[in-house]
Amino acid sequence: MNFGVDTGFYPLGSCTMKYNPKINEEMAALQGFAGLHPLMHAGLTKGANVVYQEMNKALAAITGMYTFTLDPCAGAHGELTGLMIMRTYHIKRGDLKRTKVIVPDSAHGTNPASAAVCGLEVVEVKSLENGRIDVEALKPLLTDEVAGIMMTNPNTLGLFETEIKTIAKLVHDAGGLLYYDGANMNPLMGVVRPGDMGFDIMHLNLHKTFSTPHGGGGPGSGPVGVAKHLEDCIPDLRVSGFHGNFGVILRAYAYILALGKQHLRKVGQYSVLSANYIKECLKDKYKLPIEGVCKHEFVFDGLINDGAHDDVHGATTLDVAKRLLDYGFHAPTIYFPLLFHQALMIEPTETESKETIDAFIEVMRKIADEAAADPQLLHDAPHCTPISRPDETTAARNPILKYQDTI
Amino acid sequence: MAQLSYLPHTEADIKAMLERIGLGSLDELYSDVHAQFLHKGPYALPDAMSEQEIREWFASLEAKNAKLKVFVGAGAYDHYTPAVIPYLCSRSEFLTAYTPYQCEISQGTLRYIFEYQSLICELTGLDVSNASMYDGPTAAAEAMKMSIACARKKTRVLLSKALLPHVIKVVETYAKFHGVEIGYVPATDGQTSLEALKAELAKDDVAGVIVPSINRFGIIEDHTGFADAVHEEKGVLIEYCDPSALAVVKTPGEWGADIAVGDGQPLGLPLCYGGPYVGFMAVKKEHMRKMPGRIVGQTVDKEGRRVFVLTLQAREQHIKREKATSNICSNESLMALWVTIYLSLMGPEGLKQVNKLSSDGAHYLKAELLKTGKFEDVFPDKPFLKEFVLKPKAFPGQMQKKLEEAGFFAALDTEEGYVSFCVTEKRTKADIDALVAIVKEG
Repeated sequence: MNFGVDTGFYPLGSCTMKYNPKINEEMAALQGFAGLHPLMHAGLTKGANVVYQEMNKALAAITGMYTFTLDPCAGAHGELTGLMIMRTYHIKRGDLKRTKVIVPDSAHGTNPASAAVCGLEVVEVKSLENGRIDVEALKPLLTDEVAGIMMTNPNTLGLFETEIKTIAKLVHDAGGLLYYDGANMNPLMGVVRPGDMGFDIMHLNLHKTFSTPHGGGGPGSGPVGVAKHLEDCIPDLRVSGFHGNFGVILRAYAYILALGKQHLRKVGQYSVLSANYIKECLKDKYKLPIEGVCKHEFVFDGLINDGAHDDVHGATTLDVAKRLLDYGFHAPTIYFPLLFHQALMIEPTETESKETIDAFIEVMRKIADEAAADPQLLHDAPHCTPISRPDETTAARNPILKYQDTI
Repeated sequence: MAQLSYLPHTEADIKAMLERIGLGSLDELYSDVHAQFLHKGPYALPDAMSEQEIREWFASLEAKNAKLKVFVGAGAYDHYTPAVIPYLCSRSEFLTAYTPYQCEISQGTLRYIFEYQSLICELTGLDVSNASMYDGPTAAAEAMKMSIACARKKTRVLLSKALLPHVIKVVETYAKFHGVEIGYVPATDGQTSLEALKAELAKDDVAGVIVPSINRFGIIEDHTGFADAVHEEKGVLIEYCDPSALAVVKTPGEWGADIAVGDGQPLGLPLCYGGPYVGFMAVKKEHMRKMPGRIVGQTVDKEGRRVFVLTLQAREQHIKREKATSNICSNESLMALWVTIYLSLMGPEGLKQVNKLSSDGAHYLKAELLKTGKFEDVFPDKPFLKEFVLKPKAFPGQMQKKLEEAGFFAALDTEEGYVSFCVTEKRTKADIDALVAIVKEG
């Protein structure tokens, strides 16, 4: 009834569904870690302390940040913590009017939502035709009320923000800080460091980039890194009960040890290689809105030939997604980012073999042909899964949210 | 160098793929990155380890941690984990899945979340549960925000000073940045004071009140009159609970609370130095659409079969962005599965038995410790379950250290100058007697 990374290819864009190494599970289950009470003092937890210290050093080395807090329990929790740090920085300087944060229109939904939870007002900056932030549109937004900007680089279209150097200078000159959403860190592993690009604060998703299992939607871990000048903004913040998701942090540490300095770079390179390969092999069947090299993921805007004719409506991105399930693949992320109507966001990750990727490409091409010939086949998909499409409208209108005797 | 098994690309694969893309080298994949930002030289990381080396390294770290019998609770409880739970939770269909966005191939996840929601509602006596939150303290913080959203024009949330310290700290952090003023209700004789609560409510600015079902002193609180007082002032009553204890103490529903939050850790989750745990939240039906987090609902598929989907998503960040009820996206789904299996193994009777064994042990320990003459009883008339505090007559810090040396983590110092003890069903009479013997000696 359930699909996972271990059962098949899971090219869910922005989620980095990479292989979850089994050794990490065994290490986290060791009784000497699993049995530690969170209120034990440091003298009793010397092994756990090493995990925290070494993780902090490793994450700093990988990202170019100065130091990390490992307390946040997920990516969005990291965003919130990072924005708290941003506000703390301005408040400490007595600059109390900086209550706005700039978020691109292509950003993950958690960015504006985290800003709102943190008491910040969201100002949206538009993207250009080429999918990058519109620097000219950004300039007038950079007032003395702006606390900073949240950026995802590469952005949610999988495109590197080529103007990052200019943007960093503009934001810093205006007195703001740069926040890096680490959801898309995977392609930069071993190649580019956010700290070197001018970011002051960032979070990482250990359950994406650092291979810990997604567990059906958690637990995650969202460490937050800061540049040296923000180090003293961290200590006052208590964002989770004890020390964050230690079990997740430990798994990610085991992953980093397996990569070491020798393999880190391949993670970034191979994830980008696989994404570009799929893009090139499918762009004659699916609309590629923005040409050029992508990073770890890319976005199609639906089918080139969706099979629409006379009064038959064409196959949508949802239909393609559902048809993929019939062929034993998880669907890509659909209808995000919001810049396109039929967005289909594909992220293969570096842990899938060329053999798997070729099989996926073949099926995607076959689905495109099916759509052109008989879109109804796709409208009715999936045909081979344990259940067919559910009635989501009724679910929301008359919510049944727990077991009831009357059913 | 040997190829890492996490990276299946062969040299031939890489060459073929680059050719198909029309590039000459892997470096060209980064031609859009300003040369200045391409990292030069090696990363300051350890050398890659083989699986065996990883195993040996972690064994050496594990050996550095103390292995003590835990007699402390304070928000994390050492209850027994039946072997079937980690076994089932490590099944890769659960472990390696993501959020069930494609419901046709995620019925396993959706179904267990539905079961989890049903069980949380059953335990709390409330109508609707979400699919989980990060941990108890963050669930309390979300409830704090939610009370502000529910109560119009009220700006303040009250916290009982008898709440666990880490809960108070996290709620304070969230409140500071969310622009919510926090007030406090003191404890009198070990219990949140209704009189003090009423005095604060009279100021007419209170949106919500968070009180502990069982408090930082281990005392089972009496909340008679609390809901009426809060509702009279159009506020929201939030109960912070130990879900394991809800099998034997009055539920938030019975107290008339609007929201119940807490940490699912006592339901068989390993201590694991503080996480991953699982926050829970259940609410009365009228607050359903203000609730944070994912919710699973039941519906039918095209063939009319009973199936489950993510629902009421118009509250969530991926749809509503800055107007969402919360920023939460990833939660603690696997831990919700853990709790679901635990509760279904225990059943109501099993959970009562866990409480009975823990409570018997705790009452025995307290009586024996008092007999040593080294403590004063602080709240002799108050009911407690598995946790209690005593006032040491001298040198509390030294006692904790002595107990550590003898293999016990016990007698945790509290802010009030007490020491705190907790007994779960895992601690035997022999364990308790051995601990008491050390105290007697010292």
